[in-house]
Amino acid sequence: MRPIVLRKRRKKTKYKPILKDTKSWPVVQMAKKRSEFVDLVFEESYENLIDSPRGKSLREELETTVYREIQRIKNNPWKIDPKDEKEYFENLQKRIADTDNLPEEEASSKLKEILKNITRRYADEIAGNFRQSRYRFSRTLITIGFARLLNAARVRGPWSLFSNQLDLDDKIHVVGENDQIRKLARIGTVVMVPTHFSNLDSPLIGWVIQYLGLPPFIYGAGLNLFNVKIFAYFMNSLGAYKVDRRKKNLIYLETLKTYSTIALREGCHSLFFPGGTRSRSGKIEKSLKLGLLGTAIEAQRQIYQNEDNLKSRKIFIVPVTTNYHFVLEAPSLINDYLKSKGQQRYYVEADEFTSSYRISKFLLKFFTRGSGVSVSIGRAIDVVGNYVDDHGNSIDKKGAHIDLRDYFRSEGEITEDSQREQEYNRILGKRIVEEFHKNNRVLSSHLLAFTAFRMIGKRFSHLDLYSLLRLPDEDLRIEYCLFREKVEFFVKEVMAIHERGEVGIGDHLKDDIDDIIKHGLRNLGMYHPEPPLGRAKNGDIVVQNMNLLYFYHNRLLGYDLEKLL
Amino acid sequence: MIGVVGAGSFGTAIANIIADRNPVLLFVRDKDKAARIEQTRRNSNQAIHPNITITNNIQQVAEQCEVIFPIIPSANFRSMMVQLAPFLKPYHILIHGTKGLDLNLSPNEVIGKQNPLTRKHVKTMSEVIREESCVLRVGCLAGPNLAKEIEEHQPAATVVASHFEEVIDIGQKLLKSERFLVYGSNDLIGIELCGILKNIIAIAAGAISGMKLGENSKALLISRGLVEMIHIGKALGGNTHAFLGLAGVGDLVATCTSKLSRNYTAGFRLAQGESLEEIVNTMEEVAEGVNTVKIVNVLAESYDFRCPITETLLKIFEGKMSVKESHSFFMKFPFRTEIDFI
Repeated sequence: MRPIVLRKRRKKTKYKPILKDTKSWPVVQMAKKRSEFVDLVFEESYENLIDSPRGKSLREELETTVYREIQRIKNNPWKIDPKDEKEYFENLQKRIADTDNLPEEEASSKLKEILKNITRRYADEIAGNFRQSRYRFSRTLITIGFARLLNAARVRGPWSLFSNQLDLDDKIHVVGENDQIRKLARIGTVVMVPTHFSNLDSPLIGWVIQYLGLPPFIYGAGLNLFNVKIFAYFMNSLGAYKVDRRKKNLIYLETLKTYSTIALREGCHSLFFPGGTRSRSGKIEKSLKLGLLGTAIEAQRQIYQNEDNLKSRKIFIVPVTTNYHFVLEAPSLINDYLKSKGQQRYYVEADEFTSSYRISKFLLKFFTRGSGVSVSIGRAIDVVGNYVDDHGNSIDKKGAHIDLRDYFRSEGEITEDSQREQEYNRILGKRIVEEFHKNNRVLSSHLLAFTAFRMIGKRFSHLDLYSLLRLPDEDLRIEYCLFREKVEFFVKEVMAIHERGEVGIGDHLKDDIDDIIKHGLRNLGMYHPEPPLGRAKNGDIVVQNMNLLYFYHNRLLGYDLEKLL
Repeated sequence: MIGVVGAGSFGTAIANIIADRNPVLLFVRDKDKAARIEQTRRNSNQAIHPNITITNNIQQVAEQCEVIFPIIPSANFRSMMVQLAPFLKPYHILIHGTKGLDLNLSPNEVIGKQNPLTRKHVKTMSEVIREESCVLRVGCLAGPNLAKEIEEHQPAATVVASHFEEVIDIGQKLLKSERFLVYGSNDLIGIELCGILKNIIAIAAGAISGMKLGENSKALLISRGLVEMIHIGKALGGNTHAFLGLAGVGDLVATCTSKLSRNYTAGFRLAQGESLEEIVNTMEEVAEGVNTVKIVNVLAESYDFRCPITETLLKIFEGKMSVKESHSFFMKFPFRTEIDFI
C-alpha cells in the first residue's frame, strides 16, 4: 500500500514551540486585557474618523450608516446578530434627528457622542474571545483527531485508531523557509498571507502554524462562519476576530482596520487571505484586497513613530502558497467563475459550509481519500516588499542592508502620509503576487491539465472559451504520443523557469515523462466523480470534464507558458 | 541641498532654476569638463548660477542631497544608477528628466521569434531606478522645456509626474517660479512615454522642414503623430489622457516646430542628405529619438501594432528609403478613421 512508501520517503522534522511559556503569547496578553484593548481600538478609530477629511459631513456619515444598518437588519438578519440591534439603531436614528434644531456647536458635540457610541459598539463586536484553555483543547483535538481519522481510513481496521503509524505530516508537506519564519516570529511580528483556493485553507494553515511551533495567529473570519456553532467554538478559541461583510460603512471599516493595526503594533502574529475569497477560476490571485494589508504598513510606521515607548518590532510578511492536486469545491468554483464572466450576471455565492455535518463530511473525504497537499512557506519580505534575512534585516537586490525606517522619512523625520502608504500598499500587493508565483509549485497534475487544455485550445483556435468548453466528446481525445511530446516540451520550459528561480516544482517532476504522466493522471482531481482527464483503452488521453480541466489549467497561467502553445 | 546628475543643456537649465532658491550640487561625470565648468562658470551656452556647486563625486550627491534630479542620456542611465545605487537610501526622492528608453538584454540574449522583445527588456527610466536601487519615491519631469528658452527666462511650464503626491509637491516647490509653471500628474508611465515618443515625431517634423514641405504637411504630421504616439503608448502601458496634456501635445508642438530641438535638427539634416551616422557623430548631444525609433519598431512587431511614421523613419535610417520617397509612401498609407482612441 502506498502510505508505507510515503512514510519511508521523508525524514520527519518535529518543530518545538518557539515560545515555551504560553503566557508570553501576544494573543494571550491581548485576551487578558480585552476591555482595555477594545477601548484602545475605539479611541483610535474615533480619532481617525474625526481627523480624516471626507466628502461627507459627520451628520451625513452617521445618517447613511444608521440607515444602512436598519436596512440590513430588515433584509438580511443572521442568527448570530445581537438581539437589541434593531432597537439600538432606531434609537440612534431618533437621536440624530433630534440634533436638527439644536445650535451648531451643541449639535456637533451630540453627533460626536453618537459616533463614539457606534464605534465602541463595533470595536466590541469585532474583538475576538481568545481562551487559552480552549485553544489548547481545540488544538489537541484537531491534531489528534485528524491523525486518528487518517489512520483509520488509510490503514483500515478500527484498531488503527490507536496506532501512531501515520501522522498528518505525512499527508501535508510543508516546504520552503520553515526555519526563517520561526526565527522571525521570535524577533518580530509575522503576517502570513496565503493563497486561497479551498475552504480547506484555513484549517490547513492553522495546522501548519501549529506544526511549525508558532504561537497562535489572529485572523479575521467572516461572521457568517460564527453562525455554525462548531465553527464558532473553534474560531473563538483560535484567536479569530469577526469580520461582518454585510457592513460596508466607513465607520465599521475604519474600526476594523484600527483593530488590525493595533493588534499588529502590539505584536500579534496575524493571518490575512489577501485574495479576499477563494480563487474562483483556479488562477493565482492577481489583484489583492489591499485594505487589511495596509494595516501592516500603518502599524509599522506607528511602531517607528513611537520607538521610545514601544519595543521597535518589525513586521514581516510571509507569502504562503497551498498546492493541491485536488480541490473539492472546484466544480462549483469554476461554475461561479464562468457564470459571472460569461453572462455578467450577478450570482449568489453558494455557501457549502453551512452545517457541521457537511463540514465533517468534507474533511472526512479529504483526509481519507485526498492525495498529498504541499504548503510552501515563502521568503519573508518587509512591509514595502524588500526581502529580509534571518535576522530580520531588510536587504536590497544586491544584498546590502536597508533601514526600513527611511521609507517613512521625509526631511529626516518619520512622517505620516496616507497617500504615500497607499502607494506602498500597492507596491506590497504586487510583490506578494510575484512571490506567490515564485513559491507556487508546479505539480504533475497541473502540468497535464495545462498541456491538454492548450492542445485542444490550439486545435480549435477559432473558438472562444465558451464554445471550447462545450465541445462534443469526440473532439476531446488526444493521441498519446502527441500528448507525451507536448508534456515533455512543457516540462522543459517549466524547468527553465524553475532554474531562474521563478517557480517551484513538485519532486515528481524530475521523473521521466511517462512516469510524470502516470502520476499526474492518477492525482489530477482524483476524487471528482468525473476526473478531468482519463485514458482510453488504446492509450489516448481523454478529456472527461472540460470545465474542471480549465480550472486546473488556470493554475499555471501567469508564467507566459500559454504563449508557447 | 538639491542634487542634479548630468550637466547637459537640460540638466544645466534645471539646476539653474532650482538654484534660484536652493543650493544645488551638480554632478558632472567627466573630470575635465567638471573642472572647466568650475573655472568658467559656464556650460552649454548657459551661465552657471552662483548657488550651484560642481562635483565629480557621485557618492557626495547621494550623501548631501535628499532630492536628486538625474538628467542624463538614456544610454548611460542604467550604468549611472549602478554607480549611484549603493549610496542611495529609501528616503531619497529621484525625479528624472530623461526622455528615452532603456534596452536591457542579458549577455548572449538574442531577440527573435523565440524570444520577442517585450516590456521585460524595455524600461522607462523610472523603472530603471526602481530596478537598480531601493528608492521607491520616484518621479519624472516632462513638458515643452527647450533649455535655451528657459535660460532666457521666457515663460514656460512643465509636468512633474509620480505615484506619490509628496514627490509632486516637492517637485513643484523646487521648480515653481513666476516664469515657470509646474503641473502635477499621477500617471508616471504615461507622462514618461509622452516625452519619449514625441521625439520620434520631432525627427519626422524636422525632415518635413528640411524638405521645405510647408505648414500643411507639418500640421498633418503633428496630428497624425499624436495618434501614433497614443497607439504606441497604450501598447506599452500608458493611457490616452497624458498625451492630450502639456507633456504630450504641448511638448510635441514645441519640439516639432523649434530648431532648438535636437531631434528636430537630426530630421532636418537627414532631409538635407546627410547620413544618420554623420549626424549622430557630429551632434553635441544625444538625439534620443533615433534610438527610440529603433526600439519601438521591434516592439511593434512583438505586440503586433502598426506605427507608420516610426516604420518609415527606420527605413530612412537604414538607407532603405530616401526622405523624398518616404513622403509619397506615407501619403498612400491606408488610414481609415481619423480619431479612434477616445
